[in-house]
Amino acid sequence: MKTQMNSLILRTTGHFLLPLLLIFSIFLLLRGHDEPGGGFIAGLVAAAAIALYLFSMGIKSARQVLWVDPRNLFGIGLTLAVLSGVPAIFYGQAFFTSQWWPIYLPPFGTLKLSTPLFFDIGVYLVVVGSVLTIVLTLAEAEG
Amino acid sequence: MLLAVLSGFLLAFVAPWLARAAGRYSGWLLALLPAGLTFWFASFLPEVAAHGSILFEYPWVPGLDVGLTFYLDGLSLLFALLISGIGTFIVIYAGGYLADHPDLRRFYVVILAFMASMLGLVLSSNLIALFVFWELTSITSYLLIGFDHEDEKARKAALQGLIVTVGGGLALMAGFVLLAMAGGSYELAELLHEGDAIRDHALYLPLLLLILFGAFTKSAQVPFHFWLPNAMAAPTPVSAYLHSATMVKAGVYLLARLNPSLGGTDAWLLLLSLFGALTMFTGAVMAIRSTGVKRMLAYSTVMALGTLTLLIGLGTPTAAAAAVTFLLAHSLYKGALFLIAGILDHETGCKDFRDLGGLRGKLPVTAAVAALAALSLAGILPLFGFVAKELLFESVIGAPWIVVAPVTLLALASAVLIVAAAAVVGIRPYFGPTVPTPKHPHEAPPALLAGPVTLAALGLLFGLYPALAEHQILAAAARAVHGAPVELNLALWHGFNLPLLMSLVSLGLGLWVFSRWEFVRARFDRHLEPRERFGPERGYELFMEGIVRISDWQTRLLQNGYLRYYILTIVITLVALTGYTLLTRYPVVPTPNLAGIEIHLLAVALMTVLAALFAIITHSRLGAVALLGAVGFGVALVFILFSAPDVGITQVLVETLTVILLVLVIFRLPGMYALSRPRARYRDSGVAVALGGLLVWLLLLIQETRFFPSISAYFIENSQPLAHGRNIVNVILVDFRALDTLGEITVLALAAVGVYAMIKLRAEDRQK
Repeated sequence: MKTQMNSLILRTTGHFLLPLLLIFSIFLLLRGHDEPGGGFIAGLVAAAAIALYLFSMGIKSARQVLWVDPRNLFGIGLTLAVLSGVPAIFYGQAFFTSQWWPIYLPPFGTLKLSTPLFFDIGVYLVVVGSVLTIVLTLAEAEG
Repeated sequence: MLLAVLSGFLLAFVAPWLARAAGRYSGWLLALLPAGLTFWFASFLPEVAAHGSILFEYPWVPGLDVGLTFYLDGLSLLFALLISGIGTFIVIYAGGYLADHPDLRRFYVVILAFMASMLGLVLSSNLIALFVFWELTSITSYLLIGFDHEDEKARKAALQGLIVTVGGGLALMAGFVLLAMAGGSYELAELLHEGDAIRDHALYLPLLLLILFGAFTKSAQVPFHFWLPNAMAAPTPVSAYLHSATMVKAGVYLLARLNPSLGGTDAWLLLLSLFGALTMFTGAVMAIRSTGVKRMLAYSTVMALGTLTLLIGLGTPTAAAAAVTFLLAHSLYKGALFLIAGILDHETGCKDFRDLGGLRGKLPVTAAVAALAALSLAGILPLFGFVAKELLFESVIGAPWIVVAPVTLLALASAVLIVAAAAVVGIRPYFGPTVPTPKHPHEAPPALLAGPVTLAALGLLFGLYPALAEHQILAAAARAVHGAPVELNLALWHGFNLPLLMSLVSLGLGLWVFSRWEFVRARFDRHLEPRERFGPERGYELFMEGIVRISDWQTRLLQNGYLRYYILTIVITLVALTGYTLLTRYPVVPTPNLAGIEIHLLAVALMTVLAALFAIITHSRLGAVALLGAVGFGVALVFILFSAPDVGITQVLVETLTVILLVLVIFRLPGMYALSRPRARYRDSGVAVALGGLLVWLLLLIQETRFFPSISAYFIENSQPLAHGRNIVNVILVDFRALDTLGEITVLALAAVGVYAMIKLRAEDRQK
């Protein structure tokens, strides 16, 4: 199927918007614990960004820009989410009890490294992977 | 103890690599674990004999109060020793017997996993854990019966065994739940002392029937006995181990274990002793009718299982003593005989008694061992089988009056037939004229002989010194079965009495039957063959055909492939169930409170409703998609107005992606004609209005009534101190309710896999 739209405006903006939107999605992911955002929303933003790129540049370029097959992304995401529950066991706590290892970085402030953060990254990858798998499969399907 | 139970599983994981490294000696190497376990369990013998029982506790799911508790008393120790002891020889034997088999390493994995499951089954004190191990033995048994998975017969037999035993397992689980309700605990160690409370409980009869159903299917009692002879499709070490010495005795173990809790009632006595006696007799008749080596042994195992059930059902101290003695004797001689059947097959290539003869010169050791084991099977002096048989006769004579006549007669008749079968097993292949066989027979290698020789020798040792077995283990085991100390007084010679007379009668008649084997078989065949069309196996087949037909019918009905009908079904079910609950429990008409609604909210609502209305009547598909998007954005706006930014953002993004997805599929859909007839449209609109109305009603009700205290206060208070996050929605998602989120993202991933598979497979189909 022909998914690429022959619009100069879309093609030009697609180039600029993709990195901006991806950075924005990571921003949403990282600030999610305290401000509106989080893995789910960030994943949707990233998926929408790639979908926009798909419409402006075509399937081939979209695949190239992804450099991983989205099918692998949700597998990695699920694994990461499950693994984030494991450290609690070593502290003698129930599975998925959150663990915190704050790191003090002088110029920026404190990075709240924690298992919920890894869990949220897992959610992010699953959302990006699943949505893009569906979108790309549908876009590539013949007639 | 935990390690002892689980070590089999651990070794099963690495068995393929170990077996590859050890090459020809893989059996000997892997047998070190069961051998070590045997000695480890044996080290508990003095303590169990002195104190009765030991309890081991490990936490498992502390939140649900489920623990891994292991209960070691005479009965479980006897079983544990049999499982690990015979398992040692089975693994050694398999290394020789299946040496050239390409799947030998897979065999090690499953047989070791089976051994661990079986140990768990007999040692567990927790009913849930016991049930899990119970099902694991069924599954490993399935894998082992179907080991030659390219043979259709083996696959069918494996499935039959699985369905019968797992079907019983389902009933057993229900029975366990009822038992725990009646006895107030999931721990066997506690239930054993709650016998009176359980027997007087209103649920006693249902729980008894459910548990018996589970135990009878596992232990191949009439009318479920048919799966066991079919299970002989498995390789011989499996038959010897699972389908003779251990797994099929799991049902008997359970009955013996629960005897102090459930036994002593009329229902228990009648059900167990009559089903047991009937199984005993059926097994004996079918054994003498068989000509296949393994088939005859399988039916004689059915007979033994019936005998054990009968003895447990009788409930007298003598019967408890007889049960444990017979259990030990049977495991020793039947294990040996099965392994010998494997040697005969391995060396000659024959599986039928009619093709074997005159082998004693070629296979002297095998012949001698077979003779010893067969003598024990027949119950002849001075072997351990004789001791067990004397006790069996003593128990049936002393049975409660209500069953004494039938069980004595059936026991005597079965003994006659089994003596004849033992003679066939012990004499027929080795004496008489030499029959030419496909393979040129040699004496078997040590790996094959180690098991039968040891088992048969133990049968002789315990026969000569029965007190040895009694003091070490059997006294403690009988006490565990009976629930009170039992005097065993095992001895070879009790003087001239009624049991001895019965023994002599069975011996004489049995030898007469053996001398006229062909004639007796023809007689039985003439009478029984016409009736076999109506046997329990036919019932199983009819049942399976019925299941296929029903599932075919319901699949066509429910999985019809039309999305519109799926949605219709889901919505109607939802409306009916929720509506019914609301009408019966909260028959109040809520009064909507319109005060305080601001004008901009009304505008948003109006816009959303209008978009929905136009979506229904529009004739352009793209228009419908856009209008649905507008509805979604309206809802998102409401979320944001009520300060739930996270939910609002999510809604906006989901709407955006939905539009993208719809655009991608929209070109594939047929044009937007009127696809449904007016009647169908009236029906659909009725259903839609019903759902909408129900939701409005539900929401208004929720506004008026607090059904339970809200949990949001807890989240608001603890989000910052406990989870270090200010965004409560996110904290709930990734911390407080992380397990739910994990479930949701798994569903999301599965949906993606589903879409991918559906479209790719369709594309592949089209290419063909």
